[in-house]
Amino acid sequence: MKGMLDLIVGDPQADRAVPPTGLTARLTVFVAAVMAFLAVIALALSLTTSRQAATWGEELAQSATLRLPADPDLADELLLAALEVLQTTPGVARARALSPDEQAALLEPWFGPDLPLDTLPVPQLIEVIAESDGYDKDGLAARLTAQVPGAVLDDHTTWREPLVAAANRVRLIGWAIIVLIGATVAAMITLAAQASLATNQQVIRVLRLVGARDVYIARAFVRRYTLRAALGAVGGVILGLLAVALLPGDDSGDSLLTAVGFQGAEWLWPLVIPLLAAIVAFLATRAAAFRTLKEMT
Amino acid sequence: MIELDKVSYGYGDTALFTQLSLTLAPGSFHFLTGPSGAGKTTLLRLCYADLRATAGKVRLFGQDAAALDRDAVAMTRRRIGVVHQDCQFLDHLNIAENIALPLTVADRAAEAAGNLQELLDWVGLAPQAAQRPPELSGGERQRAALARAVIVSPEVIIADEPTGNVDWEMSQRLLSLLVELNKMGKTILIATHDLAMIRSLKSDVNARVLRLKDGELTQAGAAL
Repeated sequence: MKGMLDLIVGDPQADRAVPPTGLTARLTVFVAAVMAFLAVIALALSLTTSRQAATWGEELAQSATLRLPADPDLADELLLAALEVLQTTPGVARARALSPDEQAALLEPWFGPDLPLDTLPVPQLIEVIAESDGYDKDGLAARLTAQVPGAVLDDHTTWREPLVAAANRVRLIGWAIIVLIGATVAAMITLAAQASLATNQQVIRVLRLVGARDVYIARAFVRRYTLRAALGAVGGVILGLLAVALLPGDDSGDSLLTAVGFQGAEWLWPLVIPLLAAIVAFLATRAAAFRTLKEMT
Repeated sequence: MIELDKVSYGYGDTALFTQLSLTLAPGSFHFLTGPSGAGKTTLLRLCYADLRATAGKVRLFGQDAAALDRDAVAMTRRRIGVVHQDCQFLDHLNIAENIALPLTVADRAAEAAGNLQELLDWVGLAPQAAQRPPELSGGERQRAALARAVIVSPEVIIADEPTGNVDWEMSQRLLSLLVELNKMGKTILIATHDLAMIRSLKSDVNARVLRLKDGELTQAGAAL
């Protein structure tokens, strides 16, 4: 811990002991900026997917569809029986039979607009909306089997589970991309720091001859790369936020692509990226510096 | 203060010297002479832990040099001022910053302000303080190296051919500075092949003259 503090505090002019390196400095800032930009986009995707998965999951979890047998002679009787069962089931907030127009609209994508629905044995659908605590699905299914023979209750589990699983996977991939970006920054900073240390072997030798401890020499490199990574990341985050803000979108939430972005407090998340970039650069440079200094003994 | 006890050192399979012993007592003044390639610089480097002996013991201020870790070596070097043959400056810093470097790396930069001006005046480099090392003459660089070696007020000063690149007048000036430091109680070890320079100082300082030749360290004779 003391070693870490020595690297952070101490002589503020320590990095003057090492000559400035123009190209390496500019490349480090550039790469940090690019990585931060990509991290903002990955973060936006991950948070959007997470948000959409939650929305879709909740919507589908609160609704179910009851399908009645397509028997024209018993249609009214079955509908009344089913509605009665549903209205007396605890946890069911609302039950509503779909109108012929609504059913026709559902079938239109497959059969076209001219389907003569009134002449076909189409099963009657009932939309069931649950209260927040939900209802006893098995109990309701048992009562329907007894009182509305042939009725099928579909609680959308078949749809919901793969959708939520896919959304979770996409979210995980988003976080994995952010971790990979962090690892890439660490690798790049390590390479740059090692190159810089190798270039400055004579400087390091002189510093050692006049009594510099490794922590002092490391400090010069650590401060330089930490600052460059943080500065580059700030630029990358600003550009990333602008890019996300300029993405076309709508509020319907129907499409994942048009929903990509940040909402509310989510806009604060990217501000963590420069801090993380600085921490990654600090740790990577520190490790590279002490390893190289040990090898130079 | 600095003690080499039956020390050996070699490069590869070639032994430069073996079973060599030397003791630098506090306040002593030693010249180390010998032909080029005899190992004078190597012997000096052993004295400030820049090299590790292949056999024997090097004790620096009572500590076994072989047992010092890198931090301990750094702390030991703060007690030994070294004037290198090639000065060893950081060319991107000016002369004042180079002279203050031992204080800077010891996180004692605040102390530099007072000492620095005094030292620059002492070595006659005040007008050149803002210049970079490559802009200075050989003599000015040697004086700057001496100023850097003493800024932390070390107990021992080791100089490797400090007059190698300067004219006679300048070498006398540099040596008189070293004699002055010895009179202040500093232990001095100077490696040189310039016997005339040693002779010129014999009346000013009570110095031991050692000769390193063919791997053996002997006391130089009266011919000096």
